[in-house]
Amino acid sequence: MLALIGRRLLIAIPTLFLVSLFVFALQRALPGDPFLVIAGEERDPEVIARLRQIYRMDDPIVVQFFAWLGQVIQGDFGRSLRTGEPVLGLIVQKLGVTFQLAVASMLIAVGIGIPAGIIAARRKDTVADYSASAVALFGLSVPHFWLGIMLILLVSVELRWLPASGFESIFSDPRAAIERLIMPAFVLGGGLAASLMRHTRSAMLEVLQSDYVRTARAKGLAEDAVINRHALRNALVPIITLSTILFGELLAGAVLTEQVFTIPGFGKLIVDAVFNRDYGVVQGVVLCTAIGFIIMNLLADVLYILVNPRLRDS
Amino acid sequence: MKRIVLLASAALLSLAAALPAQAQSPSTLRIGLQEDPDMLDPHKARTFVGRIVFMGLCDRLVDIDPELKITPRLATQWSFSGDGLTLTMKLRTDAKFHDGETFNAEAAKANIERAMTLPDSLRKSELASVESVSAPDPATLVFKLKRPDATLLAQLTDRAGMMLSPKSLGPDITAKPICSGPYQFVERVQNDRIVLDKFKGHWEADKYQFDRIVYRAIPDTTVRLANLRAGELDMLERLAPTDVKSAKADKSLKIESTANLGYQGITINTGHGEAANQPMGKDKRVRQALSLAIDRKVLSQVVFEGLYEPMIQPFNPGNQYLSAAFPVPARDVAKAKALLKEAGVAKVSVDLFVTNNPVDAQLGQVIQAMAQEVGIDVQIRSTEFASQLRDQQQGKFQMSRIGWSGRIDPDGNIHQFVTSKGNQNDGKYSNTEVDKLLDEARTIYDVAERKKRYDAAQKILQDELPIVYLYNQTVFFALRSNLQGFVINPDGMIRLSGLKRS
Repeated sequence: MLALIGRRLLIAIPTLFLVSLFVFALQRALPGDPFLVIAGEERDPEVIARLRQIYRMDDPIVVQFFAWLGQVIQGDFGRSLRTGEPVLGLIVQKLGVTFQLAVASMLIAVGIGIPAGIIAARRKDTVADYSASAVALFGLSVPHFWLGIMLILLVSVELRWLPASGFESIFSDPRAAIERLIMPAFVLGGGLAASLMRHTRSAMLEVLQSDYVRTARAKGLAEDAVINRHALRNALVPIITLSTILFGELLAGAVLTEQVFTIPGFGKLIVDAVFNRDYGVVQGVVLCTAIGFIIMNLLADVLYILVNPRLRDS
Repeated sequence: MKRIVLLASAALLSLAAALPAQAQSPSTLRIGLQEDPDMLDPHKARTFVGRIVFMGLCDRLVDIDPELKITPRLATQWSFSGDGLTLTMKLRTDAKFHDGETFNAEAAKANIERAMTLPDSLRKSELASVESVSAPDPATLVFKLKRPDATLLAQLTDRAGMMLSPKSLGPDITAKPICSGPYQFVERVQNDRIVLDKFKGHWEADKYQFDRIVYRAIPDTTVRLANLRAGELDMLERLAPTDVKSAKADKSLKIESTANLGYQGITINTGHGEAANQPMGKDKRVRQALSLAIDRKVLSQVVFEGLYEPMIQPFNPGNQYLSAAFPVPARDVAKAKALLKEAGVAKVSVDLFVTNNPVDAQLGQVIQAMAQEVGIDVQIRSTEFASQLRDQQQGKFQMSRIGWSGRIDPDGNIHQFVTSKGNQNDGKYSNTEVDKLLDEARTIYDVAERKKRYDAAQKILQDELPIVYLYNQTVFFALRSNLQGFVINPDGMIRLSGLKRS
């Protein structure tokens, strides 16, 4: 196991290097000049020239890249072109916000998706199965943006049950934090619950038809024991992989939900950074996302092995 | 398993039902902003929305009233010398910075000098006419000018005239600004909120009723309005015209509006590289035909619910520099066609650059349809703003739809756009007579004399049309009806003085 982790970490280094090179090059290839945007409405050519100098934009791109990489290795991600704040601080701040949202969404997704999938599989071709599938289809097809705005209009504007938007840290004010998380987590987690439900259902169906389940039943085991001890454990293997990947996507892809509920998270950070051509922020965010995915994948593999003992030796 | 699902959903539902909307302390004012501001350093800041926040945070030397008259703030009196080369200001002696330091002429001098010399200061061009500043005594500030500058006082009403505590000037100032305004900085969560607390040591503290101001950035207009209606905000800036009707129908809200200081129009490339080399760029008659083809009233009706006022001048409705000689023309297809014929081009094909937002796209389509009828075939090119700006500056455009947020002084709305060396003259329009008139107008302190120059310049510009002006963007604010004392101002700023909840 340790060897696996070590191997993965070694592979991660060239991966991260390539990712950062790719993002760096791609960003510079984008049309649009950040300094034109930053220099303000007046766009004084002198100011633009000086800004380009301050941010070393007139150096060859290779020099710029390695200068940036050198800084990053020392833990300095530079400052935001737009607000002048340190990029690393921004990322840490936003990551905390999105992490909180992602955990809440994941709780909803797993809490609804996996049980619903199991029920649908056990009662295949019954009303329960069909309705679960219909709800899942709805969950997958409804756009987050639309659902979010509808929820705000219904729950906040009409019913006045929950605040319409914003963010509070769970550590500073738990009650306000939960109030503000319910709707976005439901919007974000709902779609994931649907996809988890469908995957769980098909994995369970497959496992339920396997020989060892038949053997277990033949032994006269109670149905709950057959499901929980034998079938579920095996069906969970692909679900775990899926969940970890979904969680990674949640961290990176909460963009629309964060936009609707004005949650100052990672997604909003990167959208704004791209629009403003805030190079340092985009580079930092992409690098951190890549690191996040690598960690999530590694975690998936480890969980895999823990759940399925047969994989332990290989 | 089923029980778990049931339990989980029941728990969620009861949690949702059990929590009432959060109560706010009565003395907090929550303001919804369209964007997140940029740097909170007046010398480096560039956004419109940032100026709104500075209104609470930083005092300026002078301010304006709703009629655009310059009014005292930190400076109580001012006068220009006979030759127009010296501006002497008398300063308040009871003003303090948020860190307890006293505001005086030395501090003001340090700020103006920083604005003029800091490498990445964005205020340099605004203070370009200033030769030096001096502080002969704590209550007197003297500006020596290179040339008479009628625009200087107007610049000092904005960021160039804002005062930071000289002791605080370090790299952290953008993250934790220390000014002398009625409210002091508490915290900022980027993309979310900026929180200010009342500064009890302010010289005018009794005029500010709220203990705390929270500015929240909510870019989506629908969501911003929903937040106001849900009671999460007390007021918001830049309500979308399409939302005005529904907001007006809501009894718990009220709407305030005023003409914006800027202009909205189409910049035409008349002399910047290859792209200018086509009938629209070369022949003023083709540009006149385009202007006549556009029915500005219909444009406003279709895209902005008729709420934006049609305009053909760079000054806002009600501005003293607006000229009666140029009323908004009626659409005239026959005349436009005749002009094209005269120019020897029966059919013109031309590119129009627009920003890729829905409103701009719609605007482009309406113009396209109207131009089509007179024989001008408009091709719409749409990109996001950063790319549009770059292409426009490099001359890679034939026509570009662009707006300007506007300045208090007329010079800021016209000089840099149409003079030969203007920073924003992206179409490289050049006319020595216009240059002369607009350069002169900058140096004249007398309003009537100044207006003569602007009228003369406009006469040429209305004929040659390097910019086809379209409409004035009315500014809408939405407030909860219990919020009293809001004084609307064409600069679109939110002045916190006198605001209270009834």
